Amino acid sequence: MFIIGELINGMYKDIGKAIQTKDKSVIQQKALEQIKAGADALDVNCGPASKDPVNDIQWLINAIQEVTDKPITIDSSKPKVVEAGLKVLKGRAIINSTTADEEKLEGLVPLAIQYNAKLIGLTISKKGIPQNKDQRLELAAGIIAFVQEKGFPIEDLYLDPIVMPVNVAQAQMRDILESIHDFKIISDPAPKTVVGLSNVSQGTCQRSLVNKTFLIMAVGFGLDAAILDPLDKDLVDGAITSDLILNKHIYCDSYLDAYRKK
Amino acid sequence: MALELVKDKWVNAVSVLTIGATKEEGGSRGRIVKCGGEESLPFLFSEGKIPHRPVIAMEVLDVEPDDWPRTLTSAIGPAIKNPVEWAQKCESEFKADLICLRLAGAHPDAQNKPVDQLVKVVKDVLKATTIPLIIVGCGEDKRDNEVLPQCSQAAKGEKVLIGEVVQENYKTLTASVLADGHSIIAQSPIDINIAKQLNILITDMSMPLDRVAINPTVGALGYGLEYAYSIMERARLAALSGDKMLAMPFISFVGYEAWRAKEAKALVLEFPKWGSELERGITWEALTTTAFLQAGADIMVMRHPKSVELVRNHIEELMRG
Repeated sequence: MFIIGELINGMYKDIGKAIQTKDKSVIQQKALEQIKAGADALDVNCGPASKDPVNDIQWLINAIQEVTDKPITIDSSKPKVVEAGLKVLKGRAIINSTTADEEKLEGLVPLAIQYNAKLIGLTISKKGIPQNKDQRLELAAGIIAFVQEKGFPIEDLYLDPIVMPVNVAQAQMRDILESIHDFKIISDPAPKTVVGLSNVSQGTCQRSLVNKTFLIMAVGFGLDAAILDPLDKDLVDGAITSDLILNKHIYCDSYLDAYRKK
Repeated sequence: MALELVKDKWVNAVSVLTIGATKEEGGSRGRIVKCGGEESLPFLFSEGKIPHRPVIAMEVLDVEPDDWPRTLTSAIGPAIKNPVEWAQKCESEFKADLICLRLAGAHPDAQNKPVDQLVKVVKDVLKATTIPLIIVGCGEDKRDNEVLPQCSQAAKGEKVLIGEVVQENYKTLTASVLADGHSIIAQSPIDINIAKQLNILITDMSMPLDRVAINPTVGALGYGLEYAYSIMERARLAALSGDKMLAMPFISFVGYEAWRAKEAKALVLEFPKWGSELERGITWEALTTTAFLQAGADIMVMRHPKSVELVRNHIEELMRG
C-alpha cells in the first residue's frame, strides 16, 4: 500500500496559519510526523483560503524538501498551480489531479510527461460524479485512452473511482469497490488505483472505523494507494496488515515497525 | 520469431558486507572481502548487477576435531592439530578467501577452554594470516556471551564477521560487535519470519544494515536442502522487491552440514555399493554448496580443500555469465 499523507492542506487551521505567516517549522514537523507514521508520500494543498496559490505551493514544497526527499503529491485543480509546484520539486512528483475532461487532460498530461511526474486521474467529468460502476469504467477508459495516445506510461497513472460518503451514497459502495478491481483490467500494463479515503466517512460519527473498514476492503479489491491521515495509527496498521494478508510482504513479529522503517 | 526471455525488474539490492581491514583502514589484513550487492537473482546478469562473486571461507577449529571423518582430516594433514598452522594452510595452500575460526573448544561439554586461551587463538590466527577472518562461537549461548565479546575486543580494527546471534540471545554480542566495528551473523532456524524479526531486533540496537549477514541455516543434500533452498529464495525475492530487513548477504555453513551426512562419511567397507568415501564426501560437500550458490548464498563456509577447489572453479565459470 502506497500511503499518501493528507495533512499538509491549507484547510486545516494550523497549516492555513503557517502558510499565512510563512512558518516553515509547522509544515516540516507535519511532514516528518506523517513519514514516521508510515507515509510513503505527502499530499500538499494550499487550501481554499490561499490568495496566492502559485507562490504558496512553491513555498510549501521547498519547506518540505528541506527535511525529506519523499515524493510529493501536488494537490490542486489549477494547472498553473500544479506547474508552479513541478518547477521547484526536486524529487518525483504526483499530480493530484486531472478529471476525465479533455481540456483538463490536454493541460495536465503534457506537464506530467515533461516533468516525469505520476498522475492521478479522477473518474469524474463536467457532467458530475458518476452514479454507478459502468459510468466510472467509461470515464476510466477515456483517461487511459488519452494518456496512452500521448505516450504517458500507464504504470504511472493512478485512477481514483471517487469515494462518496457512506451516509450519502451507501448504495454505491459496492460499485466503488468493484471499480477498483475492474480499472485494472482495462489495459495491460494495468493502471494503478488510488482513493481519497477520508471522504467515505464524511459526516459519520465513526470516522476512523469507517475509514479503516473501507480501506481494508479496498485493499482486498486491489487498491494500490490511498490519500489518508497517517497519524490514525489503527488505520495504517490495518493497511499494513491487509498487505500482509495478501502476501505483499513477509511476516515477522515486528512487521508493523518493519513497514514503517522501510 | 526469436524467443524473448522475460526479464524481472527489481527495486532493491542486497547490502554490501565488507569483511577485513587493511593497514590503511586500521587493521592488518592483506586484502578485504566484499560480498552481497546483488541486484538480481543469482547469476542472472541480464536482470541486474552482481558486483561481487560468492566467496569461500574455510573452517578452522581451535581444537582438533574429534568427529570429522578421516577423508577430511587427512586432507588437512598434521596442521589440523594447530589452528594457526591450519589457518595458514587454508590461506597459502588451499587459497581460501577467508578463514572461519570456530571456537569449538569453548563448549562446556568439550574442553571448556578458558577465555584467555581462546582470545590468544584469535590473535595468533590474525597474526599468522593476511586474509579476512570470521569467528563463530561454540553455540552455547551463555559461554558464547562470555567468550565472543572478548574475542571481538581483541580483534578490534580488523572488521571481523562474528557470530552467531539468535532471536533469544542477541543483545550481548551485538553490543560488542557494534562497539568494536565488526559485523555480525544472525542465525535463524530455516525460518524466514524469524530471520526478518532478528534483523529488526539487531538493527534496533543501531547496527547498520550493511554489517549483518544472514545465516538462514541449511541442510545438506538429502537432509532438507530443498526446504532451506526455498526459504533463501523467498527471502532473496523479498529483498529484491524492497524488503530491507531481508536484504543482507547469506552465509551458509555448508561444510558443517554436508560432512554430517551419513552419505558423506560412511566408509566403503560399510557400504560397498556407495563407492569410495573420499570421492563421495567431496562430491557431497561440493554439490550441497553449488545448490546453495543458486539459492543466493554469498559466503560459503567449507571444509575439504578439494571441494573448495571444485566450487571455486564452478563460481568462476558461473561469473563469466
